[in-house]
Amino acid sequence: MSDGDEQARSMADAVARRSYGKLVAFLASRTRDVAAAEDALSEAFAAALADWPVNGCPSNPEAWLLTVARRKMIDVIRRMRSGEEAAAQVRLLADGLDAATADADIPDHRLALMFACAHPAIEAGIRAPLMLQTVLGLDAKPIASAFLVSPAAMGKRLVRAKDKIRQAGIPFIVPERDELPDRLDAVLDAIYAAFAEGWSDPGGTDAARRDLTDEAMFLARLVTELLPQEPEALGLLALMLHAEARRRARRNAQGAYVPLAEQDPATWDARMIDEAEALLVRASAIGRIGRYQLEGALQSAHMHRCRTGRANWAEVVQLYDALLALAGSPVVAINRALAIAETHGPRAALAAMQGLDEDTRLAEYQPYWAARAELLAKTGAHADAGEAYEIAIGLEHDPAVRRFLQQRQAGLVG
Amino acid sequence: MQYLLMLYLDESGWSNLTKEEQAQGVAAYGAYTEALKKAGILAGSNRLQPSAAATTVRIANGKSQVLDGPYADSKEQVGGYYMIDVPDLDAAISWAARCPTASHGIVELRPIWSM
Repeated sequence: MSDGDEQARSMADAVARRSYGKLVAFLASRTRDVAAAEDALSEAFAAALADWPVNGCPSNPEAWLLTVARRKMIDVIRRMRSGEEAAAQVRLLADGLDAATADADIPDHRLALMFACAHPAIEAGIRAPLMLQTVLGLDAKPIASAFLVSPAAMGKRLVRAKDKIRQAGIPFIVPERDELPDRLDAVLDAIYAAFAEGWSDPGGTDAARRDLTDEAMFLARLVTELLPQEPEALGLLALMLHAEARRRARRNAQGAYVPLAEQDPATWDARMIDEAEALLVRASAIGRIGRYQLEGALQSAHMHRCRTGRANWAEVVQLYDALLALAGSPVVAINRALAIAETHGPRAALAAMQGLDEDTRLAEYQPYWAARAELLAKTGAHADAGEAYEIAIGLEHDPAVRRFLQQRQAGLVG
Repeated sequence: MQYLLMLYLDESGWSNLTKEEQAQGVAAYGAYTEALKKAGILAGSNRLQPSAAATTVRIANGKSQVLDGPYADSKEQVGGYYMIDVPDLDAAISWAARCPTASHGIVELRPIWSM
């Protein structure tokens, strides 16, 4: 590869990383045709790799790409449609684009694009993949592998979602103030879903999944930059930073699972923790509590307890109470019960979990059975604990966690 | 964009209403229609006769099959429609939510295929 080729490629990579979503959002915001914008942009990137080594890298590569992509989009429209409608579409595309390409600053519609991806008319399960693809330019393949579905199926669902945006007329706008909190929740939920998929590979051995946590943090950071006064966005980023700070501590040198209580705080990323704490302070100053701020505060409480060795379980239970009142989920109830075990003993905790087994989703939820097993073991009901561990082990897909549960099970006496 | 708002409702509900409640219902739809007109977005609207008056037709093996009754045998049937012209789906949803049907039935929104 010649120097010029290499330079062009590294510049194209940098622009893609920095501005992919911005360019897609801008190209699609008027026509609402995300797929056409993506196709045109990928052709523009290909053209750049051919042109830049010969003619030198442009001083404003984003504007260069935008001009080429727009030309490609107009060609496609002219080929596919005829007469009146093509003319209207072309006018739509040309509108504002001239100004944008002349100006060094391309208007940032990424937030509007994220709101379109997480629109209530889009099926909830595809919102996170859709955002990863349109805002960050990820291929269907790594997204599919992270979400444990076949690339073909993921590709089809993404195409269908983009068709829906175009055909149903989903707008590219940031919702009005009265609708914003609800609609923002959907955006944050999708970002958190992407993070959780990446997070479920604690060993960090699966590159596609590990990358997903980085990408999700990038999206969360973007939302906090574009909506700096939304406390829940700040809370979500804080929650992710706290979790990410402890990623490596979840495995020892031999690759065995290390539960939080046994982790060495010195192995945590102090810089991330500091940033998370600052974000939580900023969020609470705005004075509008929410799910992600509470979850961030819980992470913060666990971190302080492990660092200082001072038990703060009463505070933790209080935070879980608030979370349960706000977003009652069986998962929250399980974690709350584990905190109650620390303040009021395992029997009180088991009582707090009573009734949860009616939720059929929990029958396949490993942490429920692991929590039950641990609490039963503490009350001395070793036979029941052993059975609960058995189910937890059968449900776990991470070999390190499975070994950890097996050791616990083997440690039961009688 | 133009959207067709299809109003699905339980037809038996209407006959169970008192005269006064029926008059109230008619007035609510009247007011809604008026609001759509005032906003300048109404492109068409009609109330339909009950689904008992429906007939379905299809050609199978070259012969036309005519059947009494609606196509889908479900409790909720299309009882009417509005055609509206608004900028995007969000605007269409906010108008659909104001339709009296939304509080006792279901409103389905379908964008019109523009030729």
